[in-house]
Amino acid sequence: MEDTLLRQTPLFKLHKALGARLAPFGGWLMPIQYKGILTEHQHTRSSASLFDICHMGEFMIYGDVVKSGIENIITFSLSGMEIGKCHYGFMLNKDGGIIDDLVIYKLAEEKYMIVVNAATKNKDFAHLKENLSTDAKLEDISEDTAKLDLQGPLSRDILVKLVSERVLDLGYYSFGHFAAFGEDNIISRTGYTGELGYELYVKTSMAESLWNMLLADERIEPAGLGARDTLRLEMGYPLYGQDIDDKTTPLEAGLEHFVDFNKEFIGKDALIKQKKEGLSKKLASFKTDSRRSPRHNDKIFAEGKEVGIVTSGSFSPSLGMGIGIGYVENGYDWLGAKITIKSEKSELEAKIIDKPFYKEGTARK
Amino acid sequence: MNIPEGLLYTKEHEWAKIEGSKVVVGISDYAQSSLGDITFVELPKVGDEVKQFKTLTTIESVKAASDVYAPLTGKVVKINEKIVNSPEVVNQSSYEDGWFVVLEIKDENEKKNLMNAADYKTYVEGLS
Repeated sequence: MEDTLLRQTPLFKLHKALGARLAPFGGWLMPIQYKGILTEHQHTRSSASLFDICHMGEFMIYGDVVKSGIENIITFSLSGMEIGKCHYGFMLNKDGGIIDDLVIYKLAEEKYMIVVNAATKNKDFAHLKENLSTDAKLEDISEDTAKLDLQGPLSRDILVKLVSERVLDLGYYSFGHFAAFGEDNIISRTGYTGELGYELYVKTSMAESLWNMLLADERIEPAGLGARDTLRLEMGYPLYGQDIDDKTTPLEAGLEHFVDFNKEFIGKDALIKQKKEGLSKKLASFKTDSRRSPRHNDKIFAEGKEVGIVTSGSFSPSLGMGIGIGYVENGYDWLGAKITIKSEKSELEAKIIDKPFYKEGTARK
Repeated sequence: MNIPEGLLYTKEHEWAKIEGSKVVVGISDYAQSSLGDITFVELPKVGDEVKQFKTLTTIESVKAASDVYAPLTGKVVKINEKIVNSPEVVNQSSYEDGWFVVLEIKDENEKKNLMNAADYKTYVEGLS
């Protein structure tokens, strides 16, 4: 794809000035790394890193959860949510396949913000529009919204100093409104790294000044999507379009925890049927016995038979070995199972283990 | 981009330093920078025979696996164990401490298939 067809975030010039390496992701030209993936990864685990996540989409939905139809679109219960909380879950198609994974913020009674992936934004909007009732008002605020993630064990101390003491009140998966960067910004204690961290939503016009203000703190370094990927993989978090998509269900992906079977939602019947019939494949986590890494689309063998495929694989900077996740046929995905991962270039011995790979994350501390 | 004089280069971004009947082999600054953090290096065994422009070994960065090719045909007479245990040395010092192997050259004539520093510089500039 030509660079000219790719979208640029409001921070694009700053990334170039920082010497970032840029590459296409989800239709955007995004910073992949600045100083290097390993350095940025370790800095996030030990201090705090700043990520430009402006490519992700944000929608507003106004209306009663039931009458608007939103409750029927999302896999978890919105009726039970408190104002000021966020929740992770899915929109499914009728077959139970994942249209997108998302986070919903309850801003007020009858007022929700939905944060979705970049590459899926248009299809998500279409799906919402089609399934919401005339009682609902749906609005795409992505253009006007910049999202910066500050992630790392020092992120709380930094935001307390730079923003407000009230940051201390934010529990895991809750958010607050702050006025530090223009009017009414949202800061949530959420993230994709496994570390204590926050996601900051500001007006697009404020993105540059917020970025510069945060980077002025010497504890913060910029980090790109390369480190974001190794950080999330060490936690076993799925990446939409790679580990989960509209052909995989939350059950196969081991994410049933984010599905509430006590309510109605699109795709529920298919999931119940899948539960009854049993799963043919499941997302498994595995590590190699060397510094060599499994890679996307490598084949998984067990007992001499092809039993699966790697969806994400990388060197784990924290563990110093190769790690990966992928779909493995039923019966071969037990903890401790020895598998062989084959690519054109290599054949790696690996073992199925429990996630997260990295167990020292500070996200809930 | 650091492209030292006196070395020969391949289109696949290996360098070759001729020392009498032997050649020291490594990857260029351009290669290590493009790959990013190198996390794994496999080396051939001493005694292995390699052919010009055929796979010498495989290396991995955080993002991907790639092949390293032999700049000349020859027999492996020395390997750099240091980069197996500390692959980051290839990033830090691609022309010095980060060398891969020493080969006993089989055919001096093959040198004409390699680029000098000036030609390699032009070649690299044409890539971006």
